[in-house]
This record gives sequence, C-alpha cells and structure tokens, in this order.
Amino acid sequence: MEHIVIIGNGIAGVTAARHIRKLSDKKITIISAEADHFFSRTALMYVYMGHMRWRDIEPYEKGFWKKNRLELKKGLVKNVDTASKTLQFSEADSMNYDKLIIACGSVTNTFGWEGLDLNGVGGMVSKQDLEDIEKFAPNNKECPNAVIVGGGLIGVELAEMLRTRNIHVTMLVRENAFWTNALPAGEAEMLSRHIQSHGVHLRHETNLDKIIGDENGNVKGVILKEGQEEIPCKFVGITTGVKPNIQFLKDSGIDTDRGILVNRKLETNVEDVFAIGDCAQQRQTIGNRAPVEAVWYTGRMMGEALAQTICGKSFEYNPGHWFNSAKFFDIEYQTYGWVQPKDRRKDSEAQFHWKCTSDQRCITVSYHKETGEFLGINTFGIRMKHEVMDQWLNEKRSIDFVIENLKQANFDPEFYKKYESEILSEFKQNQPITT
Amino acid sequence: MSAIQRNMSLTGEPPKSINTLQKIATLIGLSGLVIILLAGFNLEFPNKPLWLWVALFAITAGIVLFAKGAYANKHEGIKNDGIWFKSITSRGYLAWVTGILLTSFYIVLYFFPQFLGLNEKGDNTGIISFFDPLSKMLSGNPASQWFVYGTLYTVAIFSFGIKFIWKYRNNRYEKIRTISVMFFQTAFAFLIPEFMARMNSDSFNLPYYDLKNIWPLNYYNFEQYRVDSFISSGDVGIGLLIFGVISIFVITPILTYKYGKRWYCSWVCGCGGLAETAGDSFRQLSDKSESAWKIERWVIHSVLVFVVVMTTAVISTYLGYDSEKYWLTKDIFLIGVAVFLTVLFAGIWFFKREELKKDARYGAIGYLVIILALMGMHFTTGKTLFLFEAETLRQSYGFLIGAIFSGVIGTGFYPIFGSRVWCRFGCPMAAVLGMQQRLFSKFRITTNGGQCISCGNCSTYCEMGIDVRAYAQKGENIVRSSCVGCGICSAVCPRGVLKLENGPLEGRIKGNDILLGNDVNLMEYVNN
Ligand SMILES: Cc1cc2nc3c(=O)[nH]c(=O)nc-3n(C[C@H](O)[C@H](O)[C@H](O)COP(=O)(O)OP(=O)(O)OC[C@H]3O[C@@H](n4cnc5c(N)ncnc54)[C@H](O)[C@@H]3O)c2cc1C
Ligand code: SF4
Ligand code: SF4
Repeated sequence: MEHIVIIGNGIAGVTAARHIRKLSDKKITIISAEADHFFSRTALMYVYMGHMRWRDIEPYEKGFWKKNRLELKKGLVKNVDTASKTLQFSEADSMNYDKLIIACGSVTNTFGWEGLDLNGVGGMVSKQDLEDIEKFAPNNKECPNAVIVGGGLIGVELAEMLRTRNIHVTMLVRENAFWTNALPAGEAEMLSRHIQSHGVHLRHETNLDKIIGDENGNVKGVILKEGQEEIPCKFVGITTGVKPNIQFLKDSGIDTDRGILVNRKLETNVEDVFAIGDCAQQRQTIGNRAPVEAVWYTGRMMGEALAQTICGKSFEYNPGHWFNSAKFFDIEYQTYGWVQPKDRRKDSEAQFHWKCTSDQRCITVSYHKETGEFLGINTFGIRMKHEVMDQWLNEKRSIDFVIENLKQANFDPEFYKKYESEILSEFKQNQPITT
Repeated sequence: MSAIQRNMSLTGEPPKSINTLQKIATLIGLSGLVIILLAGFNLEFPNKPLWLWVALFAITAGIVLFAKGAYANKHEGIKNDGIWFKSITSRGYLAWVTGILLTSFYIVLYFFPQFLGLNEKGDNTGIISFFDPLSKMLSGNPASQWFVYGTLYTVAIFSFGIKFIWKYRNNRYEKIRTISVMFFQTAFAFLIPEFMARMNSDSFNLPYYDLKNIWPLNYYNFEQYRVDSFISSGDVGIGLLIFGVISIFVITPILTYKYGKRWYCSWVCGCGGLAETAGDSFRQLSDKSESAWKIERWVIHSVLVFVVVMTTAVISTYLGYDSEKYWLTKDIFLIGVAVFLTVLFAGIWFFKREELKKDARYGAIGYLVIILALMGMHFTTGKTLFLFEAETLRQSYGFLIGAIFSGVIGTGFYPIFGSRVWCRFGCPMAAVLGMQQRLFSKFRITTNGGQCISCGNCSTYCEMGIDVRAYAQKGENIVRSSCVGCGICSAVCPRGVLKLENGPLEGRIKGNDILLGNDVNLMEYVNN
C-alpha cells in the first residue's frame, strides 16, 4: 500500500489527508511536532482570552483520526532524505514514505533585532508561543506593560488578547496608520482610531531599535529608533509577519527560495515531494496573488487540489477570486477581489469609499477607471455574501450595478440596520458615473 | 492550557475579577434573597408588603447593576472574556455551590413545599405568606408555592433579560428576541393567569392557564379537572379549550413552517426564556460530542412517546363508552389517535424518507409500533388501558419529567450541564417542533461561502450542543431539529459566516463537501 506522509497537521496537511482518505485507501501518516491533534491556528487568541479551552479549538473529536485511519506521529522532522525517501526525526527514529507532502507552515519573521533571545520576547504563531505568552504575560501584576512590534493581523489579535487582562499595550507601527500596506487610507485610519479606543497605545511611524534585558536575561524594555526612547515592558510580541518554516530542508535537495518552490500542480523539483499551505511558494505567480500566501483558505484549497492529484486525477492549484476576513477588536472585516492600498494601486484602479457616521463601519469598492468594472470590495462592520460577490466578480459587473444591488449581498443577521440606501445616495452624489 | 487557574470570580486578575460596582450589586442582590430567606424563618416583618417589594426590587436592581458594571463601560461587541477562567462559568467551585443551591430549591419546591410555608390546613406561613400581598393584589387570592416560584421566575427573566440585552446590545436580533421573551413571561405566564383567576366565581371557574404554554410542554392541559372547568366556564372556557387544541395542531405547524422552532423556543417559551436570560452565562457548558447527540435523540423522543401515551390514557379514562351521551367516546378517541399517528408517520415516511437519517427512521418506526401495540392491547384485552393505570402514568410523568427532569435537572444544574438540558434532552414540545423544523420548515442557518476558519466559537457557544463548526467548515447549511434559533452562533462568529434565515425549501439541506473559493472545475469534479 502506498504510504503518504504529511509533514504538518495544520489546515493544509489535514485537508489533503481528509480528501485523500475520501478518495482512496492509501496509508496516511500526519506528522507534527507542535500539537497532538489538528487545531485552529486562527483561534489561538481565544484560548488566552478565555473564550474557549484548548480542546474547543480542535475541529475534530479525538476519535476522528482513528475512524478515518489517519495515523498521527508526534515528532520533529530534522532532515528529509529524498534519495532514499526517508525522514529523520530529532529523536533519531526515521520513517519511509512513498509520497511526501510538506505542509510545515510558518514561523515568526523577525528582522534580527538585538535582544530577540531574551525571556519574554516572542511571536504569536504556535502553541508554544501561546504558552509563553501565558507564562510571561499572565496578568497585569506580573506584566503591567507589553510592547507589540508590527501592526498587522496577528499584532492586533495579540493586542486584543493582552487588553483582556488589562495589560497596558504599546504597539509600534512603521506606517502612519494601522496595516496601510494592505488597506486604503480611509480604512486604515478608522481602524487606528478603533484600536486606540480599546486602550492600545498605538505609536505610528515608530521603529524598534533593540530590545533590552536585565541581568537574569528577562526583557525589561525596548529602545526605539526615534530618539532612542526607552519603553519599559515585561513582554515583547513580535508580529512583523511570518515566513515559511523551511530550515530543516536545507540539505534535502528540494528547491527553496522564501518558501518551497512549487509548480501549479504543487510539485517540488523532487519527484513525489509536494508542498502546500503557508510554506509553499509558487514559481509562477497567479493573478494578483503573492507567491507565498499565508492564509487559512489557500492552505485548505491547496490541500483540496493536491489530494486529487495524489489520487490519480491531476489538478492544478487554480484558486478562484481572492477573499479573506479578519476581526479587529469589535470590527469585522471581509474582502472579495482586490482593493489595493495606495502603494500598490494601478493607475487604472479607482475606489469609492463610504464611511458610517458611527466610525465603526465602512466599505471601499474598487473599479476600473475607464470600464467601470467591479474589481473588489472591502467591508468593515457589514457582512457580505461570498457567493454573490464571487458571482459579480465572475460576471465582471459594473460598479454601478454592484452599488445598486448591494442589498442582495448583505449577510448581516436579521433585523440589523441596513446601510445600502445611504451608500447608494453617497455614491450618486460623489462619484462620477463611469461606464 | 494547563497553566490556567480557575479562581473564584470575586477575586483574581482581569478578566476574572469583578469591579466595585459589581461587588456592590452582588451585595444588593443577595440582600434581597436574604430578606426572602428570613421570611422563611417566619420572621415577622413589621410592614410585610413593603419588605416584599424591597426584596424583589433589591434582586432586580442587583442583577441590573451587575450587568451595568460588566458591560456599560465596554464597547459594543462580544463579551466572552474570561468565561473559561471564571469559577461560576467553568464548572468551578462557585458553579457547584450555585448548582446545589438551585437543585435544593427545586426539591423543596416540588416535594417539600411545607418548608416554604405551605400548610394543608389553615393559612400559609413563611415565604409563601410573605408573597401574599402581591398575590392578593393580582388575583385576590393568597399566594401558593407556585405563585412564589412564578414571581421569582419572572423577576429572573426580566432582570437577566436586561443583562442579556446589555451584553448583546450590538445585535438587534438578540435584543428584539429577548424583549419578546420578557414580554411573554411577564404578561402571559405571570399576569394574565392571575387576572383570569380574579374573574373566577362559583359559576365561572377557569383553571390556571398560561396561554403560551402549549401541550405537550403543558402536559396536564387536557386532564379531567381542567377540561371540566373549561367546559363549566361557558363560551370563554370552551374557547380556551379549543385554543389549546389548535395551538398545537394548527398554530404551531404554521409558525414553525415559516420561522422554524425558534418562534417558540427562543421568542415565546418560558423555559427557553429562562435559559436564554438567567442561563446565558452557562451556554458554553453544553456537551458537543456525537455521543451526546445520540443520547439526545433517544431521550427526547422517548419523552415525546411517553407524553403521547400518557395523555391519550388520561383523556380516554374520562371519556365514556356511550356514544348517545357524547359523540366522542373512548373508542372513537383511541381509534382517532391511532389513525392520526399512522397517517402522520406514513406521510413523513412517504415524502421525507430522504431527509430522515437511518436511526431516526428506525426510531420512528419503533415508537409507532409501540404506541399502536399498546392501543391494540387495549382493544383485545379491554379493561386497564395500556397495561398501566392512566393515573399511574400521569403521576410518574409528572414526577419524572415534570418535576425531576424539567426542574431539578433542567434548571438546577444550569451551572454544570449548561442552560438548555431540558430543552435539548427532555422537552416533548421541542421534539415535536424539532421534527417539523427538520422536515417541513423554511428555517435554516446558512454558511458564508468559504469564509469559515474553524475557530470553534459557534460550537462552543451553542447552548444546544450542536457542533455548528462541523457544518460551517464544510459549507453546509445547518438544519438541525434541536436548533432553537437563538442566533448566538451567528453573533459570536468572528468571520461573519453564519446567518439564520427563512428561505425556500429547495436546496435547504445540501451536503456539498467542498467550499467556495477554489477552482470551479475542481469543485464540480469533487461534488460529482
Ligand atoms: C495568530 C494567527 C491568526 C491567524 N488568523 C488568520 C485568519 O483570520 N484568516 C486566515 O486566513 N489566516 C489566518 N492565519 C494564518 C493561518 O493560520 C495559516 O495560514 C494556516 O494555519 C497555515 O496552515 P498550514 O497548514 O500551511 O500550516 P500550519 O498550520 O502552520 O501547520 C504546520 C505544522 O507543521 C509542523 N511542522 C513544521 N515543521 C515541522 C517539522 N520539521 N517536523 C514536524 N512538524 C513540523 C508545525 O509545527 C505545524 O504544526 C493566522 C495565523 C496566526 C498565527
Ligand atoms: S445552532 Fe446557533 S442558533 Fe441554533 S441553537 Fe445553536 S447557537 Fe443557537
Ligand atoms: S465561529 Fe464562524 S469562523 Fe468560527 S468555526 Fe464557527 S462558523 Fe467558522
């Protein structure tokens, strides 16, 4: 029986395993060094906040793995020998495979600052990171102040976590508003205000110089590049993005760049070795997508596609329209298609922006300046229907059509106040109608 | 994580700790309870009505102030910080203490009402007589243990309702639904029956009737003493009797078809009302495992069979044999019930066999066979009905289901098993509504394309123990008979994945095992 070995029990690896099981009887082994069972990485924050217990963020009951004959192996893969098709573990044991799926995810990306190895400095990516946060920032007595470096999705989640324990949080952001490398200015500024309203000390246009510690190797503060200002703290969260976790593949002969290089079939340069999820890097970029896409959904979709290929029906990874979502404290965010921030905006892209007077809700619709074609939408505080947005993008609808029919896409709970007519009238007033 | 310690919620660090206002509120609320307790020791209060009002007001104010302390200074949004750290909400020490106190209260209420001051002969004393002023004001009669219970129940729904609204003030569905529950409890369960009692005289004698309390939840509605008093009360009484019948056979099916069982379970019902308001802090304690789901299906449908058999038996005992006297004789009634059930099951079998899962199908057949066999036995052997005395059946139902299950376990164990144990495992009304919701209703929870991140908030906070995530992460609609449509899964979802909707029957239950967002051709291939 063919033995499929998967390194990584995250969404990518587990999705591939589930679909392979559905299609075949192959022997499947899933390896992870991090946790016994698959858990939702996106839900790590809720464990620290006390919304859920660890077992609540595991999507499958314990019996699921046995029932589906998915073998689980806890261990750290140290080396991959592609010639003999063998994995070596740090515990000195090994395992053979017929086909290898690498779905080893990401680690925190740092910029080599001084003091990264001090106690109380860490990221927010893995289960071990979470345990460290619980250890070094258990409450506001032991950790009255914390500093978060980097303002992105994970940074704001970490800020929300620490705020639930009343820990004073300073967040260092290079740009002049929150997450401007992904969001248009109007949205970024609204989020900055919201984050501040939750008691986070958001320091725009501020850069970390180094982290300083005491004689016991514990962090005691950070020094900013700006004026060498010192901010005392007991915990430093590094949330300046993630990078593929590919250290252990150095000598394997598998081609890597930032991530593991794969073609559209998710094959690496070595036969019978595939890579999916956060760790994969597309040799050939797909549309506007980044070559390394570290999001939940793409990991899942790669897993779905690869399972077919492994089971004999070859499929390329061919994702549909881009979509994503997040939540910034109390404000939910969804995006469909592409709404580019200023730096990345092409000349042909125009945007219509509406913001609610509450300062808790806004939308941005992007469209082609000449043709009026709908390119994408960001919504904050209003839920949208994925299916409808996907269809409109497929049908290349015009911006006028989208704004006029926005009601159809609304996915807010029943009885919620609707803003479509307000949006429409603002659009009619302020927007030159382009067809 | 192992590092987490559960402290008593009155101490510790945020988010476990409580603020000064909450401490004062706790003091005020408890003082109200202490006053009532003192009345239980027959302490003679100088001005009883005044002290009663003080006590009830203190309890209400305590709860409302506590909510103010908890939510007023926070942003609108989800308020689940520290739920699994606080002793009271995570089966810690306080939870057990509360659970034991509540259960004891129910045991006293149902089985030892003399401790509350009930006297078989003569006037009531203690806590019951403490409530006399209010009872006299409303119905003109002295209080009973049920009046005490009803008052406290209403106070609980009302004040915890305010807390709930505060907590979910970002969500209009939750606000409106809770106002509805508070209204139905105060008006229909509490005030109207008391006013009805006021109208009673020698010739006009309506039984205590909470109009929204529908058979089979109200399992005693068609017992002889009630039917007699309905009939003896002229047109109004007959009207109410007829209303009792059409509320289960006509009104319920129509509303459930249009809106799902939520119209009743989380908008109207008193049991649901208490679970949603006072029980809200315990919703996360429901068991989500598949085995719990299995047990749920067997237990709840067994209760339904029990109540059908019991009611049929009870009604048939007071119907006569002589069709000259009254057209509805015992035999006609029994045959009627048998025909009705058979037609109902045959209809479901014929039209909806696809939707019924395997064991549901076997279960349904099994139950039908049991009921019909029991009736058959009656006709062949005559005499005692269903092998048991109807009265024995009635008493054991009242004891086991009416008292132990719905009261002692259902509410007493809120802090241990979660808030909807009765609604999920025991309530025969929920079983009827649930069957219809699953098979003939426009209601469903839709999932939003491929947006689910499998975080688990929805499943954790589903009070009915539905593993909502299992559906959402597959992009499947949630069409479950137990879903009471509380809307909390949708509220707590951080990615806007879930929406409660009434829509066309077509494609309501879809089992596509792949989500939106990927290659269209791939999805098509996988689905076929
Ligand atoms: C805090 C946080 C919040 C997020 N929120 C969102 C969100 O809201 N939406 C979204 O789309 N995405 C979000 N993401 C990103 C998303 O979680 C990731 O894209 C996704 O989990 C990646 O899945 P994966 O299967 O590729 O890898 P992972 O989930 O990282 O799994 C890889 C596994 O492989 C193991 N492993 C690696 N190397 C080895 C080895 N040598 N030996 C053994 N085991 C090994 C790792 O320990 C790990 O368990 C978030 C990420 C984080 C950290
Ligand atoms: S599925 Fe959702 S709406 Fe239904 S009972 Fe559970 S939480 Fe409430
Ligand atoms: S809460 Fe929302 S995102 Fe989380 S598992 Fe449920 S449906 Fe998915």
